[in-house]
Amino acid sequence: MSALPLLEAKDVTKRFGGLQALADISLTINHGEIYGLIGPNGAGKTTFFNCLTGLYQVDEGRFMFDGAPLNVKAPHEVAARGIARTFQNIRLFANMTALENVMVGRHVRTKAGVIGAVLRTPGTLAEERAIHDRARELLRYVGLERRSDTLSRNLPYGDQRRLEIARALATEPKLLALDEPAAGMNATETTSLKGLMERIRGDGVTILLIEHDVKLVMGLCDRVAVLDYGRKIAEGRPADVQRNTAVIEAYLGGSLA
Amino acid sequence: MLAALEKNPVAKWLGLALVVVALAALPFAVEAGAGRSWVRIIDFALLYIMLALGLNIVVGFAGLLDLGYIAFYAVGAYMWALLASPHLSANFPAFAAMFPGGLHFPIWILIPMGALVAAIFGVLLGAPTLRLRGDYLAIVTLGFGEIIRIFLNNLNAPINITNGPQGINKIDPFSIFGVPFNKPFSVFGFTVPSVALYYYLFLALTIVIIVITLRLEDSRIGRAWVAIREDEIAAKAMGINTRNVKLLAFAMGATFGGVAGGLFSGFQGFVSPESFTLMESIMVLSMVVLGGMGHIPGVVLGAVLLATLPEAIRYTVVPAQKLLFGKQIIDPESLRMLLFGLALILVMLYRPAGLWPSPVRKREFATAEKAGKVEPEQYPDRTEANEGARL
Repeated sequence: MSALPLLEAKDVTKRFGGLQALADISLTINHGEIYGLIGPNGAGKTTFFNCLTGLYQVDEGRFMFDGAPLNVKAPHEVAARGIARTFQNIRLFANMTALENVMVGRHVRTKAGVIGAVLRTPGTLAEERAIHDRARELLRYVGLERRSDTLSRNLPYGDQRRLEIARALATEPKLLALDEPAAGMNATETTSLKGLMERIRGDGVTILLIEHDVKLVMGLCDRVAVLDYGRKIAEGRPADVQRNTAVIEAYLGGSLA
Repeated sequence: MLAALEKNPVAKWLGLALVVVALAALPFAVEAGAGRSWVRIIDFALLYIMLALGLNIVVGFAGLLDLGYIAFYAVGAYMWALLASPHLSANFPAFAAMFPGGLHFPIWILIPMGALVAAIFGVLLGAPTLRLRGDYLAIVTLGFGEIIRIFLNNLNAPINITNGPQGINKIDPFSIFGVPFNKPFSVFGFTVPSVALYYYLFLALTIVIIVITLRLEDSRIGRAWVAIREDEIAAKAMGINTRNVKLLAFAMGATFGGVAGGLFSGFQGFVSPESFTLMESIMVLSMVVLGGMGHIPGVVLGAVLLATLPEAIRYTVVPAQKLLFGKQIIDPESLRMLLFGLALILVMLYRPAGLWPSPVRKREFATAEKAGKVEPEQYPDRTEANEGARL
């Protein structure tokens, strides 16, 4: 693992009215890392994701991504910069097939317009073929090629999670942000998801992972940050963080002594 | 059956040739069988197909409920009326000095201009509604539709642009290569009546519009529209510029409406605000919903049915009543709407996805309850299947 920073958050603050959802969060994610973001419910993990991916505008602080400031005014610009995400409550395009879902992910890396589509110019046709082939390959990558013509709404839960990852990968991200991908999965599915994430990292994509499953996070992540009430209370290697008293307090609700 | 046709090019071309012959012979067969007024009804049905296909882009593909769609039909119709009639010269001395005989642009300029002007209006009306969805969008678009109609109704003072409720008349009939469409056309002793000439023109443009829509549907843009319909936030996260893509949907939809409006104007020779009421918007929306939202063959079917069935009822209820009761008891107009409403309710009860839904939408309505029946894949033995897939 190289120690070059891919994403730097500096003093990110976000308020909803009187609620301080994020308070001065600073963290650095390096190239090729699997970086875990954990914390109790309501700690601000998803809010951090939404700030990063442009769904929310931060009140203070900033992000540096891949050596340049991430000044996004709209979420679609984030995807173009190379950050792709999945959602805590799966947000697939329900009435599109698995293949079409992944093809939509290619949107940001392709450029055919109305004229090309209507006239079926050679360039558009070639691009369309490339989108199709790439989408098939990504379905194979996550192990869903036999499901390519199934409506995503009819896929089993674990397959929907994988499809969301395939769709995110279709945008050619440098950073893949996964919001609780193992939520609701059984042990077998979780193990296989872990394998998939390791393979994605092996293929050069940095992963930011929000997860409740402590076992998964500890076995998978290179570094972990713990949020509680919008503050970062610990950061470091999983084994160290696990022993941190503040973290134990946040999870178990105060010291027993 | 379609798959068999794909494999057999001879059968495919033969089938296509049969369709072409049938469409070409249609006006003559209809005139011989049911009279010339029915050819006119078919001409109107073709205009409605164009409108329904345009609205289908906005409502069916992009999922933006638009209740003011007829405004674009009106824009196209009035643009054509102003540019191909003596109206402007008769009312503005400056115009009269420049064009003593009035403006008379040829169809080659009017059709693209109608499309362009309607597209501009589509973007103008679409822009303020970008943040709205569902019911809220429907209300705002409904308002826009009415605003356009009321403008047309009142823009006869202080300067007379639209001639108000009286409408604009003496609109030039079409003429292509010097062949006027308002007179029968004779070739080799064979006479094509005026309504059939219009039929061929409308049919040609309808086919162009169908091809454009089919190709857009199966493209990067079409997928982006559907993605916005399905989940706007996820679409944004995938890098789709939802603002531009939505405006494009409004513009494309309006374009077809504008072209249809222009044709309507030249076909009638007269336009007035009465033709562009909310009822017309609802009618076109019904065509889209009844036929099968988002499915092009379904939308065409819906347009043909809703444009012709009320006429068929009109032509049959009076003789039927006379036959049964010896006199006319119920006014055909009110009975027509009653039967029409009944038909819509029945369709929505028994075919909620439309008469001819897309295979996907059909499944959506049919499989909602058995969605969980798909067995999960077995994950652990996946390694072989994954081979060769690279990031």
